[in-house]
Amino acid sequence: MSEAGQRAVVIVGGGQAGGETAAELRKLGYDGRVIIVGEEPFLPYKRPPLSKAYLAGSVGEEQLYMMQAANLDKAGIEYRGGVAVTRIDRAARRVRLADGSELAYDALVLATGGRARPLPVPGADKPNVFLLRTIADVQKIRSRCQAGARVAIVGGGFIGLEAAAVLVKQGLAVTVLEGLPRVLARVTCPEVSAFFERMHREAGVDLRTGVGVTAIEGAAQAERVRLADGSAVEADLVIVGIGLIPNTELAAAAGLAVDNGIVVDAYARTDDPDIYAAGDCSNHPSSFLGRRVRLESVQNAMEQARAAARNIMGRNEAYQMVPWFWSDQYDLKLQMVGVSSGYDQLVVRGDPTTQRNFAVFYLKDGRLIAADTVSRPQDFMLAKKLVAAGAVVDPAQLADEAVALKTLAA
Amino acid sequence: MPTLRFIAAGGRTHVVEALPGTSVMAAATANLVPGIVGECGGSCACATCHVYVDEPWLSQLPAPDAMERGMLEGAVEPGPHSRLSCQIQVTEALDGLVLRIPAGQL
Repeated sequence: MSEAGQRAVVIVGGGQAGGETAAELRKLGYDGRVIIVGEEPFLPYKRPPLSKAYLAGSVGEEQLYMMQAANLDKAGIEYRGGVAVTRIDRAARRVRLADGSELAYDALVLATGGRARPLPVPGADKPNVFLLRTIADVQKIRSRCQAGARVAIVGGGFIGLEAAAVLVKQGLAVTVLEGLPRVLARVTCPEVSAFFERMHREAGVDLRTGVGVTAIEGAAQAERVRLADGSAVEADLVIVGIGLIPNTELAAAAGLAVDNGIVVDAYARTDDPDIYAAGDCSNHPSSFLGRRVRLESVQNAMEQARAAARNIMGRNEAYQMVPWFWSDQYDLKLQMVGVSSGYDQLVVRGDPTTQRNFAVFYLKDGRLIAADTVSRPQDFMLAKKLVAAGAVVDPAQLADEAVALKTLAA
Repeated sequence: MPTLRFIAAGGRTHVVEALPGTSVMAAATANLVPGIVGECGGSCACATCHVYVDEPWLSQLPAPDAMERGMLEGAVEPGPHSRLSCQIQVTEALDGLVLRIPAGQL
């Protein structure tokens, strides 16, 4: 029991997994204290818009908040922002905060997320070299983004490409530097990568693949990005989007199992039955994939958070999900379902070399394991059902635009 | 502030005050209305904020775009009154808007 004899759930992390855990606990009628401790000063907020609408300036900070302060109050969710949790005392079931205070818990939820991976080259610490993970990061980037400014974006993943799309539309001169031979190489097939490379080049982005970055050069500020072939890209600012490091140190220091994320079971529980983990920081057994996985997606953050809340409430429900993801670039909406790695057959519906909408389907042993669609919402929604069912589909019919996908989903 | 009335599949009503300029989905999730998930945060990418809007309100709303119509086709039990609540902006004129929540979203 915590202070005043009232039960308490303490949630470490004010991202979407943290906020969703709190909201779901209240929806389920939890009547103890619900306390979120967040390292950032902002109320729990939505991250996907950071590299999209918030970078573009079309939504404000308050529209990112999952709940406004008044809504949190009304729901009885306490938020302690701008303070880190420094230690978990599992025996006493207490956490210690950086300000020296302590909180007792009956259940603890680690929703610690991750931090953007820094660029491991000399000069990456210059003041106009930015990561893109937080509201504060984007505020700093936006203050440098006058039309005509030259921005070098290191990384051709989702963050880099979404930022490129926003900034080139705002009149900046944008260069994207990707180390691998194609963009989005870790998450999609060469055909989809080639499509997005074409879209960015047509929009005026100087997109370069297979280029290594060796240094950020300049006096006090970054002035150019030095490449492995000795050439350089002049830049007024640099944005780095090269992946995420899960925040697992607090869990590891408390002796919890960590292996590419905080290890949880199907109930979002760590090896301490009073401690749960959810979202980007967690590694869970996926019944859909048949293996353990750590996912970096808002879908996983929110669905696993709800699973944690349900299990704190004693529902004993296994977390089951089929991964999906989306990305907005220009007027294009990429939607992906399943995990495509390991496919042995690719079926393309439509023509990605000439059209601005199409779908690709990934098959393995005749079964549909994943699909990526571009600006084809009907195909995406049907693909979601087919992938969830592990459907065996006829590749010729999938490829044939004259055959409605609905007839395959029956 | 405009008042929105959400009616759950089981008949329970949740009345919510919504800030003009936010979406109906954001008003629902910020007020813990059960049955509105809003997983993609309002990007018209997931169809987990599906609602039914009855007249006289439905015809007062700006028509859904192609993306929303496409997502709705794949929503759970779509019908002629279906909308994605993330695509409905709250305005003063929508004071009293009634939204029926489907039995499921996922």
